[in-house]
Amino acid sequence: MVVKQLRNSSNAEKAHVVQTDNSDNVLDVRDLQTVFETQDGTVHAVNNISFSLKSGELLGVVGESGSGKSVSMMSLLKLLPMPPAKILSGEVIFEGHDLLQASEDELRSLRGGDIGFIFQDPMTSLNPVFTVGFQLMEPLRIHMGMNKKQAQIRAVELLELVGIPSAGDRLKDFPHQFSGGMRQRVMIAIALACDPKVLIADEPTTALDVTVQAQIIELVKGLREKLGMAIVWITHDLGVVAGIADRVAVMYGGQIVEYADVDRLYEDPRHPYTRALLKTLPADEGLRMERLVSIPGQAPNLKGPLIACPFAPRCEDVHERCWSANPPLFEVGSGQKSACWLEADEKAGAA
Amino acid sequence: MSDIVEKDLLTVSDLKIHFPIYKGLFRKKVGDVKAVDGVSFAIQRGETLGLVGESGCGKSTTGRAVLRLYDPTAGSVVFENRDIAALSDSEMRVTRPRMQMIFQDPQACLNPRMTVGSIVAEPLIEHTKLSSEDRKAKVRELLDAVGLNPDFVNRYPHEFSGGQRQRIGIARALALDPDFIVCDEPIAALDVSIQAQVVNLLEDLQRERGLTFLFISHDLSMVRHIADRVAVMYLGKIVELASVSKLYSNPQHPYTQALLSAVPVADPKIEEKRQRVILKGDVPSPSNPPEGCVFCTRCPIAEKKCFTVPPEWRELKPDQFVACHLA
Repeated sequence: MVVKQLRNSSNAEKAHVVQTDNSDNVLDVRDLQTVFETQDGTVHAVNNISFSLKSGELLGVVGESGSGKSVSMMSLLKLLPMPPAKILSGEVIFEGHDLLQASEDELRSLRGGDIGFIFQDPMTSLNPVFTVGFQLMEPLRIHMGMNKKQAQIRAVELLELVGIPSAGDRLKDFPHQFSGGMRQRVMIAIALACDPKVLIADEPTTALDVTVQAQIIELVKGLREKLGMAIVWITHDLGVVAGIADRVAVMYGGQIVEYADVDRLYEDPRHPYTRALLKTLPADEGLRMERLVSIPGQAPNLKGPLIACPFAPRCEDVHERCWSANPPLFEVGSGQKSACWLEADEKAGAA
Repeated sequence: MSDIVEKDLLTVSDLKIHFPIYKGLFRKKVGDVKAVDGVSFAIQRGETLGLVGESGCGKSTTGRAVLRLYDPTAGSVVFENRDIAALSDSEMRVTRPRMQMIFQDPQACLNPRMTVGSIVAEPLIEHTKLSSEDRKAKVRELLDAVGLNPDFVNRYPHEFSGGQRQRIGIARALALDPDFIVCDEPIAALDVSIQAQVVNLLEDLQRERGLTFLFISHDLSMVRHIADRVAVMYLGKIVELASVSKLYSNPQHPYTQALLSAVPVADPKIEEKRQRVILKGDVPSPSNPPEGCVFCTRCPIAEKKCFTVPPEWRELKPDQFVACHLA
């Protein structure tokens, strides 16, 4: 009971934090909670996450595997298989409508239309038995009501936009005739097909080589300037985020543990997990480190609701309070938020 | 072993591995995939040579050929003064325990139906005559050495996390006290916070046991940390080989320069100012590599000569070899 009250109070605090300025937000997510009902019990994959996205902004979502970054973004458009997935609570406000209350038809018209999605693995997310041209023209014909000819012209434009040479000839090619980087470009072209307002990119460069990754990042930077859409970029690579994001949400144990402008996050990381994560990276220049700093232990098991700070078992600064309740996101100034009891204690100390 | 006169543990000269392509009704040979096409390098005892490059450049094939998991098309692999490319099967079997491999995917390289104890004990059964008690003791000792609880011997691989599974793979590779280990992308499948744990473990083991590593990876910042010297591969050839400090501070080959500039740095201020060399296009097919320099099709500074004459492999500065006309 006590736990429940604590969680509720933390929710209230979080909700309050989000409502500060949402005038030009294209997407507002509040208290999203997603669980998976499995035979071994309930897995709490996403625990009350809240964030907002301004138009033209790029939000980086960083976390390790199992931290809930993909599941939370899939939940936005109900792309998860339900059951076993179940969205327990939350609001996803897109253009004044709550997507979680929307009907299947409404969602279908949004997916690939106003909200584009790029998936991680370009090999498995393209259908191998249809030509690239067909897959690219499908959303154009369905969402934009184009006829075949118009769609074809637009498809060629799109492939040129993402930098595929001799685009006109390649429409008839099948996905296996493209290289990994080219396939990811096709995925991006499909996601961009209907001029989305929000683009969700789930680890779009993880499966690619660094030189190709650099190409794709340059491409997305350019497209952002040209098309002005808001982007959510999910990744586990702190380097990639540093290069492209405006704001960053760090996820751990299914919740956002730190949320800050990109410069602030790297300059003054507040949450112990963010700090530890930045320290594990090998030095890019200067002397070689004697030994890499590692975070001991392993990612948390999310079976059961979070009743303590999920990072407590691996945290350097752990103290008693961390075991008794899960910390909410505390405001620490200039839009930076950190979910750590140390912030609360510091505040109390200062007051 | 008795003497440390010879410095190089392993010398690879002009190694070529070509996979034939067969086509048509009569499976006629129509060409070769030149996965590795004339690679030479040497690894000194106790050092770590990093081998970097993009997928498909032949770095894993090189690693496997060094252990003779593929038979080389041409060239030699001299391990302790013996050319293992020319050894008979029975001679090879005696040599194998000295050289081991750690694989990329810890999920796929452990048999899901075997317990951890039997996985680690298997090389001991194959290659030693230990009694079953000694073997059990050795397995427990190995698990302890890689930081796993020895009481886990009867568990199955699925009960472990990715990082722990990689530790099992490392324990198995250590079972026969090898001198030389090929680490084929050992951390690529692991999370950032776990990568550091495994790299630290590898370095500790190297120090304690005097191991020599060939560390294959596409993660340039991790290679910078773990390796003493680094070889950069592109399309089946080594284009640059230098000590870590020289390669990272003063790369000579345009491909190395492009590769290093593509690595993202976890600092927004640096990222903002950086001038990236963005390569155009894709890697050519290894079955039909370009005539001159392998990199000429994507090279930002290529000249006429580069398209016709293959560059010579030369020592530009001490400890820095490069294959480029213009370096």
